[in-house]
Amino acid sequence: MALQDKYKALIDAAAASGVANLQVREVDNVLYIDGEAPSGTVKDQLWDTYNTIDPDYRSADVVMNINVSTMAAGARAKVTTEKSNLNIRKGPGTDQPIVGKAAHHEIVTLVSKTNDQWWLIRTDDGEEGYAYAQYLSPEN
Amino acid sequence: MKKSILKLFTAVLLLAATSVVFNSCKGVKDSDIETTIMEKAKSMTEMAGVTAAVKDGVVTLTGECKDDACRKLCEETVKAVKGVKSVVNNTTVAPPPPQAPVEVATDDPLMKSVTDAIKDHPTVKAEVKEGVITLTGEIKKDKLQKLMMTLNTLKPKKIENQLTVK
Repeated sequence: MALQDKYKALIDAAAASGVANLQVREVDNVLYIDGEAPSGTVKDQLWDTYNTIDPDYRSADVVMNINVSTMAAGARAKVTTEKSNLNIRKGPGTDQPIVGKAAHHEIVTLVSKTNDQWWLIRTDDGEEGYAYAQYLSPEN
Repeated sequence: MKKSILKLFTAVLLLAATSVVFNSCKGVKDSDIETTIMEKAKSMTEMAGVTAAVKDGVVTLTGECKDDACRKLCEETVKAVKGVKSVVNNTTVAPPPPQAPVEVATDDPLMKSVTDAIKDHPTVKAEVKEGVITLTGEIKKDKLQKLMMTLNTLKPKKIENQLTVK
């Protein structure tokens, strides 16, 4: 229970900000926090809170897997690469051939989620393929 | 003769008075209280696991509630029933349901997804062993959070961050 005390502010913030299906489990000195945040802003705030308690995430005692519930099939998402284009690939994996590109800050459609890392997306030009979830953010 | 009639009249009057007093003391019947509680319980999920026993207007609640707020709500609901003198709340809080075990990815698929995740961070190196991701090399401070967000979705056992943050 020591970790739940250490990260109490984080757990409380998650519960207070409307994270759905919140699960907090402590196994072998690692705290696993799972849930679905109502928005990307809430997710970012939770990560900031985590960073405040454990600067630069050095302690290796938390695995926080918070998804954003608005990122669902059929929804629109923004390409949030640093500045480059986002590769659209034939299959879910960086070893898959590139079949198209989505521009930085382009709005695309989420077709279906393969896993937490890969989305099948469609651009407004009709290009369809797999893109890395890290570079897709809720439209708003 | 007149005297005995008067006596009888007094007796009848006394009896009537007693019965009025007696009835008002008794108030609502226990069985009626029980019926009212059962009616209320039907529309309350909180009272699903709770049983009420009524004796002389005193209600004893037993069974399980999900939390203290639920216990209190059951008590307040029953207290508000007409004829209830007091409530003995013997309900207990049910233990939380057992949690699903934490799922940890096996090393091969984990290494593959870690490789995807660090692809755009050429100065970051990663190793995977028994579900533990160990990060070495260096990273710019403003890129650390995004990388950690991604790595945290890969179902690792834990992440050892040994990166030099610049």
